[in-house]
Amino acid sequence: MDITQVLFWVLTVIAIGSALMVVTARNPVYSVLGLIVTFFAISGHYILMNAQFLAIVNIIVYAGAIMVLFLFVIMLMNLSKSTETLKNKWLQIVGAIAGGCLFLVLVAALKNTEVKKDLVEMGTGNIGLVKELGRELFTTFVIPFEIASVLFLSAMVGAVVIGKKE
Amino acid sequence: MPINYYITLALCLFSIGVVGVLTRRNAIIVFMCIELMLNAVNLLLVAFSKMHHIAKGATAVTGTDGQLFVFFIMVVAAAEVSVGLAIIVMMYRNVHSININFLNRLKH
Repeated sequence: MDITQVLFWVLTVIAIGSALMVVTARNPVYSVLGLIVTFFAISGHYILMNAQFLAIVNIIVYAGAIMVLFLFVIMLMNLSKSTETLKNKWLQIVGAIAGGCLFLVLVAALKNTEVKKDLVEMGTGNIGLVKELGRELFTTFVIPFEIASVLFLSAMVGAVVIGKKE
Repeated sequence: MPINYYITLALCLFSIGVVGVLTRRNAIIVFMCIELMLNAVNLLLVAFSKMHHIAKGATAVTGTDGQLFVFFIMVVAAAEVSVGLAIIVMMYRNVHSININFLNRLKH
């Protein structure tokens, strides 16, 4: 096993473990921290695949901005004490079984695909670099890029209007 | 690494997100599980883009589209989070709870 495989398995274990922590933690603050660890592990996967731009953007946007927003809302509403009522134990068991069945069905569907032995390029290739992505973004995808800015503006106005006191 | 490891990892994260949405009643945690599912899809898109790049191998830009789609998914997710958290704050202000069972009064 070379270093890439070792890093892959370490990052995989971290990602799945902290994702389980998001679902199972009683305290919402611990869920947020688990989700931040998951995002860092996914960014590590991006770096392993030499997608450097997306790794940095993932850390800045998700772990930096979105998770801080979540933490801010949780602390603003003082929700760190667990108030969740465990009303229906059966509902949780059925939900877990349903999710597990989804996982099994999708993995079973993967068994017969043709691409499953194809290799993913690790550590080489320059399509993930800022230069290549930037050139493509501002030539082929320039109209979706501008529409995304309008989307951001409308989301900002919408959040202010919804969150405003009457 | 073969692509099936990445597919299985992304499926695992996605299923954990689905289980979280189905079992938790806290609106913020449900929202975070949706973010987890979006990130599983992002990881899979990047893995497929790198697989496509090495499989075709022809020109320098093969597979760039997948990574740009990940970028746009991140943009939409950021906009979605800002509006969604504003809705949760408004809901907390009205009913003093973020239990999503309170939302079933939207039926009436």
